[in-house]
Amino acid sequence: MSDHHHKETFVTKYIFSHDHKMISKQFLITGMFMGIIAVLMSMLFRLQLAWPDTSFSIVEAFLGRHQTDGIMSPDIYLALVTIHGTIMVFFVLTAGLSGTFSNLLIPLQIGARDMASGFLNMVSYWLFFLSSVIMVISLFVEAGPASAGWTVYPPLSALPQAIPGSGAGMTLWLVSMSIFIASSLIGALNYIVTVLNLRTKGMKMTRLPLTIWAFFITAIIGVVSFPVLLSAALLLVFDRSFGTSFYLSDIFISGEVLHYQGGSPVLFEHLFWFLGHPEVYIVLLPALGITSEVISTNARKPIFGYRAMVMSIMAIAFLSTIVWGHHMFISGMNPFLGSVFTFTTLLIAIPSAVKAFNYVTTLWKGNLQLNPAMLFSIGLVSTFVTGGLTGLVLGDSALDINIHDTYFVVAHFHLVMGVSAIFGMYAGIYHWFPKMYGRMMNKKMGYWHFWITIICSYGVFWPMHFIGLAGLPRRYYSNTAFPMFNDLADVNVVITIFALVGGAAQIIFLANYFISIYRGEKAIQNPWKSNTLEWTTPVEHIHGNWPGKLPEVHRWAYDYSKRVDPNDDDSDYLHGQDYVLQTTPLLEGEEPS
Amino acid sequence: MLALFYIFIGVAMAVSIWQITRILDFRGVIANDEDNAKQGKYAIYFMVFLYAIMIYCLISLNVIMLPESASIEGEHDDRLFNTTFWLIGIVQFIMQFLIFYFTFKYRGNKNNKAKFYADSHKLEMIWTIIPAVVLVVLIGYGLWQWNNVMDIDDDEAVVIEVYAYQWGWHARYAGEDNTLGTGNVNYIKGINTMGVDMSDVNSQDDQQVTELYLPKGKKVHFKFRSQDVLHSAYMPHFRAQMNCVPGMVTEFAFTPKYTTEEMRMQSEVREKTKGINKIRAAKGEDLYEFDYLLLCNKICGTSHYSMQMKITVVEEEEYDTWISEQPTLATVIQ
Repeated sequence: MSDHHHKETFVTKYIFSHDHKMISKQFLITGMFMGIIAVLMSMLFRLQLAWPDTSFSIVEAFLGRHQTDGIMSPDIYLALVTIHGTIMVFFVLTAGLSGTFSNLLIPLQIGARDMASGFLNMVSYWLFFLSSVIMVISLFVEAGPASAGWTVYPPLSALPQAIPGSGAGMTLWLVSMSIFIASSLIGALNYIVTVLNLRTKGMKMTRLPLTIWAFFITAIIGVVSFPVLLSAALLLVFDRSFGTSFYLSDIFISGEVLHYQGGSPVLFEHLFWFLGHPEVYIVLLPALGITSEVISTNARKPIFGYRAMVMSIMAIAFLSTIVWGHHMFISGMNPFLGSVFTFTTLLIAIPSAVKAFNYVTTLWKGNLQLNPAMLFSIGLVSTFVTGGLTGLVLGDSALDINIHDTYFVVAHFHLVMGVSAIFGMYAGIYHWFPKMYGRMMNKKMGYWHFWITIICSYGVFWPMHFIGLAGLPRRYYSNTAFPMFNDLADVNVVITIFALVGGAAQIIFLANYFISIYRGEKAIQNPWKSNTLEWTTPVEHIHGNWPGKLPEVHRWAYDYSKRVDPNDDDSDYLHGQDYVLQTTPLLEGEEPS
Repeated sequence: MLALFYIFIGVAMAVSIWQITRILDFRGVIANDEDNAKQGKYAIYFMVFLYAIMIYCLISLNVIMLPESASIEGEHDDRLFNTTFWLIGIVQFIMQFLIFYFTFKYRGNKNNKAKFYADSHKLEMIWTIIPAVVLVVLIGYGLWQWNNVMDIDDDEAVVIEVYAYQWGWHARYAGEDNTLGTGNVNYIKGINTMGVDMSDVNSQDDQQVTELYLPKGKKVHFKFRSQDVLHSAYMPHFRAQMNCVPGMVTEFAFTPKYTTEEMRMQSEVREKTKGINKIRAAKGEDLYEFDYLLLCNKICGTSHYSMQMKITVVEEEEYDTWISEQPTLATVIQ
């Protein structure tokens, strides 16, 4: 706020900006750039999985010394899946999603002029940028980037003798991730403080839009769990570089016995998953928050069960911190712990089910405006249900024994957190693009983008469940070493085709996005006829968001289609239109919803 | 197949370019009634597509899935899996119907008004309690089965140590005393590839083997170690898996239910084998015959994808003969 009337230069406006709106765009563009890299990687390894012995010139072009005659090496295959996972989970779906929309919407929807600390917000972005740069640099390391899976379990990740990527590539991975964690923490603290302290007059916690609730709780989970990943990473750095034995013990490799004694990789698994599982919700909750807002606005109906939605976000957040052991049922930990984690894990299904049912009820008897953002939100509910249900299989320790680390898991988490979160992100972009750029995105291209993407998502991940049930382990460079998997080859080809088409369809989105920035139709102030505060700001961005005084809030965010007579659906709208801005005072005798 | 793939790529490119060329048409960016009607209809088409691939995969990919459990303990895994799968299958079909049908049914129109319906404690209680009750049943059955599988104590069990390394498996049987001698990486030398401590009396009668033979109907108690990085001993046909962790010993146990021969005669297995051999014959490869396998299921480096050991289940008498023919470590390692 201090720079409210500063004269801006190019550098302070576009590069080292303190303005949350600019920072959110920076997060988004960086996240998109990283996303393109991760998607391209997935295409390369899908080619390998579908046609393992076939030479591809595209592989030759991209992978250089890591391929021979257009066929990638097993090591670079592992590197590709590792970096694909890392980038998608952290750089795209954590920073790209939370970073973009928490930044854009928290101040705008709570009625604040900016984040609590614009400076720290800028630091958060630039640390993220730095960590992205380091991650990208790691791709060009001589021996290849980190290759031990995105979970980087030691000893594989600790010993360069075990896999070439665990040399300089892994070092850069750890450096990048440490910086990333610092960025996330600074960002999250800022979000928490802003939501708690900078709400405008009348914006009680119970009147916050569900987006803000989601971002707020997400930030809290991040603050609780990210430091644990940082400590896990630091201990791994010690083991790798300073000869400690936190995770390593009794190792004989490359013909020699190493000196490590007394450590355990299981410790790393505990520390990693203490972040790793909440991370799923760090990715997912913001997407669900966006969906709540978009569905309610476009259904022209209040979100069904606001309180239940808030409670289930909290319940999910709480439970998410005590379920990490379900990634470790067969890690060798005490079977009793497995029982406990099965119990807590399946409990998460309850708040998740409540959310899904509430979304469906919000659609019921709505007046659905099927904008691209709305379609992506509906798509999210669909994939969230599909992926969530298979969680009941995986969360059950007895069943997990046989499908742990198979393609069934890959299919499950891609649907429930990958595709769902991406859909939430797209919904957010289509919906708030006018707020970001003052222009609208093309709806036709949006429709094409949506339908191709959702068809391909199911085309990729539905059949994938079955190759998991056939017993095919994930992270196999090829399944030709086992005749028992020969009959999966056709399914893999189909999956790859859907993946390639789905990936290519994202070009439609990119084109729409970048062309719309310059040529999109000029946006009006409140294009979606929404209730929330961000649509009361002028279309042209100004520092401080509102000219003059901050708005005052008089009601919750979901007074859509409110009637004169609450029991009569045919009666007139109470305020003469089907939406009521949060800034509109209650009429005389009006019951607050 | 490859041609098809290039065609798909070509089509996707063409569609994108065609759309981009129409970019100038940027007016009317908010969905109108015509869009709502169209997109609502597409939602129904999509629902049909979704059901079609769901059902098609369920039917046509049934043959590629693992056959019924080959271990006695795994029977309940199969039953629990089927129960869970039916349950989530039904919920999936209903929920997807509601999502896409509502999208179509309540597509926006100027003349319609949405219902103002913000809350219903009764409904919310219903869909909190029903999942909770269902979950109690699933959790109960699951935990019972988990304790079942994890209860590995049996004095009569055959004790086998499996030692994972980059990239293969070693195995040894506990011998006549049915007790394994201790092992440690420091003892790995020459042919003592499992690092067995030969000064331990229990080690003398241990028998190192290159293939696993298991007696049908007798509990097998596995002890897993790893020499270098994490591995996971995965025996999918027995519904068995346990990580191999350097620095510690992990355990798993099961009772084989069918011999390899019996398994080969099973209709599910024969059908799958037939499918595989059709593919192999077309490529001019050797014919495949069913075998139980031990695979690695934890990323462990370059050759992770080919780490395997054959398992043969035989009748007990045959097993007794086989095991008595295996040399003891005392005779092999001086």
